[in-house]
Amino acid sequence: MNQRQFNQPLRHRDDEGAAAPAVHIAVDRGHSADKSAAIKIRARDVNVFYGDKQALFDVGLDVPERAVTALIGPSGCGKSTFLRCINRMNDTIPGCTVRGRIELDGEDVNDRSIDPVVLRARVGMVFQKPNPFPKTIFENVAYGPRIHGLATGKAELEAIVESSLKRAGLWAEVADRLHQPGTGLSGGQQQRLVIARAIAVSPEVILMDEPCSALDPIATAKIEELIDELRNQYCIVIVTHSMAQAARVSQKTAFFHLGKLVEAGPTGEIFTNPRDSRTQDYITGRFG
Amino acid sequence: MLTWVALLALVLFSGTTYVAARRKVSAAAGGSPRNMHSLPGYYGAYVALWAGAPAALLVLLAAMFGGRLEDALLRVQPPAAVAQLTPAEQQVFFDDVRATAHNLQASETSYEGPMQAALQAKTAQARQLEALIAYGSVAAAAVLALSGVFLALRRIRPDFRARNKVEGWVAGLFIVCSVTAILTTVGIVGSLVWESLRFFHAVPLQDFLLGREWDPQIAMRSDQYASKGAFGAVPLFAGTFLIMIIAMIVAAPIGLFSAIYLSEYAGGLSRAVVKPLLEILAGVPTVVYGFFAALTVGPIFRSGFHALGEALAGGPLNSLALYLMSVQNQMALVAGAVMGIMLIPFVSSLSDDIINSVPQALRDGSLAMGATRSETVKKVVLPAALPGIMAAMLLAVSRAVGETMIVTMAAGLQAKMTINPLDTVTTVTVQIVTLLTGDQEFDSPKTLAAFGLGLTLFVVTFLLNIIALRIVQKYREQYD
Repeated sequence: MNQRQFNQPLRHRDDEGAAAPAVHIAVDRGHSADKSAAIKIRARDVNVFYGDKQALFDVGLDVPERAVTALIGPSGCGKSTFLRCINRMNDTIPGCTVRGRIELDGEDVNDRSIDPVVLRARVGMVFQKPNPFPKTIFENVAYGPRIHGLATGKAELEAIVESSLKRAGLWAEVADRLHQPGTGLSGGQQQRLVIARAIAVSPEVILMDEPCSALDPIATAKIEELIDELRNQYCIVIVTHSMAQAARVSQKTAFFHLGKLVEAGPTGEIFTNPRDSRTQDYITGRFG
Repeated sequence: MLTWVALLALVLFSGTTYVAARRKVSAAAGGSPRNMHSLPGYYGAYVALWAGAPAALLVLLAAMFGGRLEDALLRVQPPAAVAQLTPAEQQVFFDDVRATAHNLQASETSYEGPMQAALQAKTAQARQLEALIAYGSVAAAAVLALSGVFLALRRIRPDFRARNKVEGWVAGLFIVCSVTAILTTVGIVGSLVWESLRFFHAVPLQDFLLGREWDPQIAMRSDQYASKGAFGAVPLFAGTFLIMIIAMIVAAPIGLFSAIYLSEYAGGLSRAVVKPLLEILAGVPTVVYGFFAALTVGPIFRSGFHALGEALAGGPLNSLALYLMSVQNQMALVAGAVMGIMLIPFVSSLSDDIINSVPQALRDGSLAMGATRSETVKKVVLPAALPGIMAAMLLAVSRAVGETMIVTMAAGLQAKMTINPLDTVTTVTVQIVTLLTGDQEFDSPKTLAAFGLGLTLFVVTFLLNIIALRIVQKYREQYD
């Protein structure tokens, strides 16, 4: 299998009615046995450059609605870069250029008519290290609704904050100290606070960039539980270094290696029956 | 001359002992550094330090205090003719002895009879003493160096912990340097406090701090009773405060906003251009700002106000017009505005550092929520940086309060209680300068008042700096 085949765009194969090529060049084996599940994000020919250095090569991936998609791969493989393309956070990095199409509900997010500010209200993000603002717990969650004018009155804002904290599974722990600094919470609580902050603006997609890598196993278990609940309402894309976590929480898994998407498909299939030897090597721990 | 020769010889000597000690220890260790506790260089350094340092210290001390020692020894048992003189005349005599001994210009006093004999005897003694101290100290240094080398060379063996010893010397050097800095500060503050106490002895503290009249012209001769002098510093504090406020009105927004631009909006290129330019502004000497204020900004402001006054003349605001037409070059507004310009780079580079130390994760978090860049700055970055920015402002205030050159040249000298920025005012620093320049008597309240003002200034800026640094520290701890 040579380099050229890997760089070949995926469009032909994924276009409606196009037959799968005889040679197995890739990659996206869909996300579930049920082919009818809606696709929320459709990425095609995504190339990303940091200055002269190319970080992603012709990535094509379908992300299903109301499901968890895990992006796995060794460090530096481009999975976080891909994640940050979806809400255009790469715009904030000087010298970073993104080429290719990433469609959210059929609309190209890189289109000039798309305002990244509006896009990011639809596509929330949770970072590796919990980053609550140095404000109170209430103000942290109220931040998004305030800047987007989602609440018309104090009561409505309070309702949004409460329901977001409840959905993030944090309400019971912080209900009596909403007006204390969010930075005073434990790491796991902070991460759930940040998730509550993200869902307070009712996004359609939540991107999570290694959300548990700074947490202990108990906090991790709570976040994973939360992710599992949230997938009923949101399309979730999670970058993780933990294969076990990918296997536990995701329905679809995409394996990245050296800036290329090697293989993607239903999580069960990727873990039990990887088609590419590199995927096999990675999930069995032979490299990465 | 002898001192320099001795020091050079010591350097060469200790260099030689360095090499010798290395050889000795290497030979003893069988040529292998593995058998030694420390690297060979440390053994060399250990011996060289004992050879050079104490002896050099002795030579330097002799050079610094030899003169005084000589002086003190000369005064032991003065000749009878000298002993009956007044202390002031004795002083002149001994000064002349030293001057003659060193072939310098002596005073024009003529010595005759027993006095001339005494002068000659003492001059000869002075020459002897000088030679004795100079050569004696060099000889003592040589003994010290040789015995140091002898003892140190005997101690070094491959298992000797030379590295620890040498590091002890280095640590000692650091301690001496830091103690020097601390002692200097203590000395300055001490003299400030001491002289101020003398001033407050003449002028009660409450009169100084609360008095509303400042007129330090005081009778220089005892028969002048006309002017008693008034040392109420409130007008000076008022003038300082007024100029500081004007300066901060200029510097705070411009400095802060340029810092926000630099850290949040500027691309690599504009940052690379703007930041060095701002730093050039910071490098302009304050005296240059001073004549910029006095010769450029002052006349421009004055002619502007005059033109405005002429335009308003005869109208309903006639009295205002007349006032505007009377303003002078020197006014609080000019000094304050130029001082504000001087403080812009100070405020902006401090604020820039503080804004940059707000973690990128917070910006990312806000941007990822769909906040615009300005919302992120307003609602996340600035609130997070606020304590640090406050501290930066306090540091700028303390610089404004202590700034001297600009106000000396552009604010005027009249001590007035006013909040009118078009008036001439004077500041604490300007008054210190005027009190201490020119011929002064150092025990009149007029000169001592400068120390009182200096102490007040010191206390105020010291407190401001402590508060500001505390805030910065606390704020840094939050994120580090």
